[in-house]
Amino acid sequence: MNEPIFIAKDVVKEYGNYIALNKVNITVPKGSIYGLLGPNGAGKTTLMRIINQITAPDSGILIFDGTPLSKYHISDIGYLPEERGLYKKMKVGEQALYLAQLKGMPYDEALEKLKFWFEKLDILSWWNKKVEELSKGMAQKIQFVVTVIHEPKLLIFDEPFSGFDPINAAIIRREILELSKNGTTIIFSTHRMESVEEICDHIALINKAQTILEGPIEEIKKQFANNSYEVITTGESLNENDFFSIINHNETNYSLLLKEGKTQKEALQSIIQQTEIISFRKKIPSMEEIFIKAIKNA
Amino acid sequence: MRKIWLIIKREYLVRVRKKSFIIMTIVGPLLMAALMVVPTYLANETQELRNIAIEEDGFEFTNKIEDTDLLHFSKIPTEEAILLKNNFSESNYYALLNIERDNFTLYSDQQISLSVSNSIEKQLEEIIEHQKLKAAGIDLDILSKAESSVQITTKIISKDGNTTNSQAEASMGIGFICGILIYIFIFMYGTMVMRGVIEEKTSRIVEVIISSVKPFQLMMGKILGVALVGLTQFALWILLTIAIASVAELMFMDTSSIASEINSTDQSILISKISNLASGINLVQIFFSFIFYFLAGYLMYSSLFAAVGSAVDAEADSQQFVLPITIPLILAFILIQPIMENPDGILAFWMSIIPFTSPVIMMVRLPFGVANWELALSMVVLVLSFILTTQLAGKIYRTGILMYGKKTSYKELWKWLFYKE
Repeated sequence: MNEPIFIAKDVVKEYGNYIALNKVNITVPKGSIYGLLGPNGAGKTTLMRIINQITAPDSGILIFDGTPLSKYHISDIGYLPEERGLYKKMKVGEQALYLAQLKGMPYDEALEKLKFWFEKLDILSWWNKKVEELSKGMAQKIQFVVTVIHEPKLLIFDEPFSGFDPINAAIIRREILELSKNGTTIIFSTHRMESVEEICDHIALINKAQTILEGPIEEIKKQFANNSYEVITTGESLNENDFFSIINHNETNYSLLLKEGKTQKEALQSIIQQTEIISFRKKIPSMEEIFIKAIKNA
Repeated sequence: MRKIWLIIKREYLVRVRKKSFIIMTIVGPLLMAALMVVPTYLANETQELRNIAIEEDGFEFTNKIEDTDLLHFSKIPTEEAILLKNNFSESNYYALLNIERDNFTLYSDQQISLSVSNSIEKQLEEIIEHQKLKAAGIDLDILSKAESSVQITTKIISKDGNTTNSQAEASMGIGFICGILIYIFIFMYGTMVMRGVIEEKTSRIVEVIISSVKPFQLMMGKILGVALVGLTQFALWILLTIAIASVAELMFMDTSSIASEINSTDQSILISKISNLASGINLVQIFFSFIFYFLAGYLMYSSLFAAVGSAVDAEADSQQFVLPITIPLILAFILIQPIMENPDGILAFWMSIIPFTSPVIMMVRLPFGVANWELALSMVVLVLSFILTTQLAGKIYRTGILMYGKKTSYKELWKWLFYKE
């Protein structure tokens, strides 16, 4: 595993009597695409606000790139909040320049980079339009650009695809992957599990103010894989034996569960003796299943 | 620091470029200039000679009524008077005065102006008074000699022995205008700050921005940016008012050169009178105090307005929080009149020390003369208060701007004050 770009250790945040984060731990490896998952109200937004130093935790340790998180890291982080907007009456270009300069970029550099990105996303013609003249999707594109414009080491996207049509969502996904390929670490918060599986390599699952699951996606999937298999036969029926039990079957499709202490090899051999196989596959749980299961067990 | 400048710059430019700002900047002085010029113009407009016909049996009153600058009287026979009553428009008479013993009636085909009827009334009263005095055996010559006029000059002696003219009228005028201006400015620009905060919250840009700058910086940047807008507007108003007024005066003088000959002497007397009146008032002190009280009072109130803006989702919800803020301000406004009548009273003193009313009330009191220690105390209290309110407002603000779709209560605002950053 790469060295981490961000570590949160035992982070606690309370609002009055309400505990938003209760000793949360996450470790974000450098260069990863890190999925921050969890049901509504679990504390994801609070955690992201803490990473952005919008709010400070009551206690806990925050390390960014080897040093304690401080105001000097503001320009190293880019944040696209879920609740995002722009000044409606301001012109697009002027506004993008303002936001880029607030991140600490000098005017000339901000202008140059913005022109580059606007051209790349084919939105240069909007430069002198007012934001209120744009559609929601168009405004989202501009928000994406101003989030990444200062080339931060860490990008935090909260539901980045909401409000996009499929074509533009694909464009944004491509850009996020390209940023990742160029070495930017990405924290990615979403409810849409299929996009987690497509994009993320690490995840953390937060529920009721606590981290209940964290690590590389493959490991987590292995951890959640129970010894069940999917077998498709050529037609002859399959019967249970000492090695496996049949959970259910549908014509030639069988779901099997390995019995205690038996190996995959033993089960496979016993099946071959009974019938011919078209496929034999270990069932890998989807992120959605893991999500639901982990929260139920917690 | 660079970031707060960026914010100030944006807040300033966005507002100064707005059409409403440009319109207000032009319309304001036009209104003020109109207030100055129109009355003079109207006064001159009515200066035409009017003929008044008199119908009377005998000459008892007719002989005693005298022509004035604006009225010419002439007696006409009864037959002619009847003719005139039926046909005013073709005659060159403005009105017909009918006298029957002690009954006086004015006839005209139009609404008789108040100044005409007043002037005639006054003459008739005088005539009757003189008759009665004569009947009582009092000599009119003695009476006119006995008439006397007294004018008291009031002077203020300061500690170093210098005397200055005290001029209550001028003090009242200046104090009233300054107090009202401060009141309007604080209200106008305070709510402008509040609207700006609500706009940022409802448009959801605020979370994007405060990932780059501290909420306090964003709040102060907005407050200072709007303060500059206020100062700009104030400066432009003064310049434009002077420009428009002088241009209008010039044009007006040209078109009525005859009337202005009499008038200009009147005016120069008036001007010297005004400058005389104001001579006892320290205008430089008032000017700088005005700038100070505008800025400090605005800073204090606008931070409270910003806190309110952060706590609500829409301007319509702001009423319950705005009311307690505006009550002291409105109270100060209402008390301008009583304070002017007793500018050194106990009420005046405390109202000009308490920071919520001091910007308005101290400006009302200043032209009457205020002890230096009182002024200093009032200023120090106000500065301390705005430091305190901006701190408190900052705490409410940084929590409020991130609370969406929740109705905020006073209890909640109180709790926000104690959240750790």
